[in-house]
Amino acid sequence: MLEKALVGSKKYYALVFFLAAIFLVGFFFFLKQLKFGLGITGMSRDVSWGFYVAQFTYLVGVAASAVMVVLPYYLHNYKDYGKLTIFGEFLAIGAVTMCLLFIVVDIGQTHRLFNVLLHPTPHSMLFYDMIVLNGYLLLNLICGWTALHAVYKGTKYPSWVKPFIYLSIPWAFSIHTVTAFLYAGLPGRHFWLTAVMAPRFLASAFCSGPALLLILIYIVKAFTRFDPGEKAIRALAKTITYALLANLFLFGCELFTSFYSGIPGHQFSIKYLFAGLHGHMKLVPWMWTAYALMLVAAVLLVIPQTRNNLGLLPLLCVLVVIGTWIDKGMGLIVGGFVPNPLERITEYMPTFPEVMISVGIYAAGFLIITVLYKIAISVMESRGLI
Amino acid sequence: MHDAGKVIPGIIAFVLFVTVPFWTNFGKAAPKPQPEIPKEYKKCVESKEFMRREHMKLLRKWRFDVVRNNMRIYINSEGKPINMSLQNECLRCHSSKKKFCDVCHDYVAAHPYCWNCHIPPEERKGWATKEVKSLTEEASSEQPASHH
Amino acid sequence: MVIDTRVCQKYAPCEDCIHACHHLHNVPQIPYKKHEVKWIWKDEFEHAFPDTAHEYANEVLHGREFLLLCNHCEHPPCVRVCPTQATFKREDGIVMMDMHRCIGCRFCMAACPYGSRSFNWRDPRPFIKNPNPRYPTRMKGVVEKCTFCTERLAEGKLPACAEACKHGAIVVGDLADPNSEINKILREHFTLRRKVHLGTGPSVFYII
Repeated sequence: MLEKALVGSKKYYALVFFLAAIFLVGFFFFLKQLKFGLGITGMSRDVSWGFYVAQFTYLVGVAASAVMVVLPYYLHNYKDYGKLTIFGEFLAIGAVTMCLLFIVVDIGQTHRLFNVLLHPTPHSMLFYDMIVLNGYLLLNLICGWTALHAVYKGTKYPSWVKPFIYLSIPWAFSIHTVTAFLYAGLPGRHFWLTAVMAPRFLASAFCSGPALLLILIYIVKAFTRFDPGEKAIRALAKTITYALLANLFLFGCELFTSFYSGIPGHQFSIKYLFAGLHGHMKLVPWMWTAYALMLVAAVLLVIPQTRNNLGLLPLLCVLVVIGTWIDKGMGLIVGGFVPNPLERITEYMPTFPEVMISVGIYAAGFLIITVLYKIAISVMESRGLI
Repeated sequence: MHDAGKVIPGIIAFVLFVTVPFWTNFGKAAPKPQPEIPKEYKKCVESKEFMRREHMKLLRKWRFDVVRNNMRIYINSEGKPINMSLQNECLRCHSSKKKFCDVCHDYVAAHPYCWNCHIPPEERKGWATKEVKSLTEEASSEQPASHH
Repeated sequence: MVIDTRVCQKYAPCEDCIHACHHLHNVPQIPYKKHEVKWIWKDEFEHAFPDTAHEYANEVLHGREFLLLCNHCEHPPCVRVCPTQATFKREDGIVMMDMHRCIGCRFCMAACPYGSRSFNWRDPRPFIKNPNPRYPTRMKGVVEKCTFCTERLAEGKLPACAEACKHGAIVVGDLADPNSEINKILREHFTLRRKVHLGTGPSVFYII
């Protein structure tokens, strides 16, 4: 099947080379970072995680969200997702790969990465994160690839793969739960110390991931004969709507607990993010943008006429993706570090090299997704399915 | 075979490419390394043969014992106690990293990064460049070193 | 460790302990605050004890500066989160750093509720003016903090800060031994610990 990735239209080659070129630019900046150290980024003693960890967190959500098409299709036999499932799984493969790359660029001693395997530490949440992320990558490779291979051969997927499919469903929930636990179990970080962290992570994942999937599907649809069908798109739009509402609801719960209790420590980060603290307000415009986008998207998605407007839907998806990206990425990670444990304020903004390295990783991830989608489309075409 | 005309030259080119180091160094044997042995000391921690073969393992064990087990004394095969310290014990006799450590390490292209942290005798005077020195002096005269 | 902050106030702005520690351990003096590395430093009451400070605190507390360092917690969150056991608790209670093993993930920095940990955002060496040749430096990409001078304790010496203090403001001893000097001081004085409500069990006490 792999040979399908090697033959394509001029536009396909152009896209592949374009993404590869951006990846190389990012890699060049990564080499600079290796030479100088992480001081090349905007991170500091007080804000010791930044853009990389933010992208990591966001993309774990995107990866986990594949379960929103896998679960209805395999557990409830929801046939309309038949064609979408493979695309969901392939998106997960790209997303998990990006997650792993963001970890690689974030650690200070890159070549010591495998110390995590050499000295396994079951009381560290990062240990479990390593297991669940790599496991999830493997599961999606197995499930996605065998499913597509079955299409290629014109058969049903083999029965040995069933246990892996069923396992991948709770596993998807686990990756984002463990990622939430990285933050939610730390004493002294009030903004993160909340039991709804994991549920909120899942809620934002299950709206942002499917929204990204829909955007990609619309792009694929525009350039190929592939069409998942109106019914599938509408069903996925409903998933996005409910998950977005759950995400906003859980944020409201956070607001209530912090402000009705009146405990200052629980309010500082939220105040910093939305109103600024002692004149420090770098993230304020970003946060209001994020919530304005999510609220507008939520209202328009709840109204059936606008949700079912298939021309408007991709735009709404863009609102959801950007809104959740700011909120969960920058807002959640940086917000947790401001103010610092001594209640002093150091602000953070990513630097140019930091952004370029991140863009490079996104290019690598989308390169993987492009190639995998190309294979899937070509296989479906060769079988006359589309 | 399909495309034999492309595949076989391709394989040959690949083999040539990955063996480039052999071709560029062909016939140019580097001289055998001669690390400088301290004259005033007769004996190392263990026998010469042992040290030559096992020094990296010994240092790794020392490192583990000192940092993680809070054990600082090594008893050698003769029963002699030795302070386990690369920087303060090994380099007490081997007073030059360049003439001792580097000689063999360079020969075998091994690059242990002990020296990123441990200070070799040659570098005891420090690393501060003039530029950085003036910067730090400025900072420390303006305010107490640790002040916010 | 007990720090008598009354003595510190009396001899302010004395920084002998800080200089001794930072010189002995080759802690770099990086002027760029975001990349700062520090093992022991001073801060005001409302920042050292943000949960205890209030607007009606007396003037004495307002002017006083508090020495801050790793608390060598009884239940250290940094040790809990470290994925490689690069930071670990020794049998004697000292929370130790193994710089050889640290991968620089900075999870411990997020976990420490006292801001006691520093990361080497760049090569620290150019910022060490007068290195101590008996102690290593660190390299870029690892986290460091106060080690309670394990290298000095092994030789039967006091931690550098305690020894450097001419005024006897810093007392170090064995909390587990009920007859130790430090337990006597703790019985006789009112002391504070930082953020006790977090359950970390800090081992640094402040006489107010």
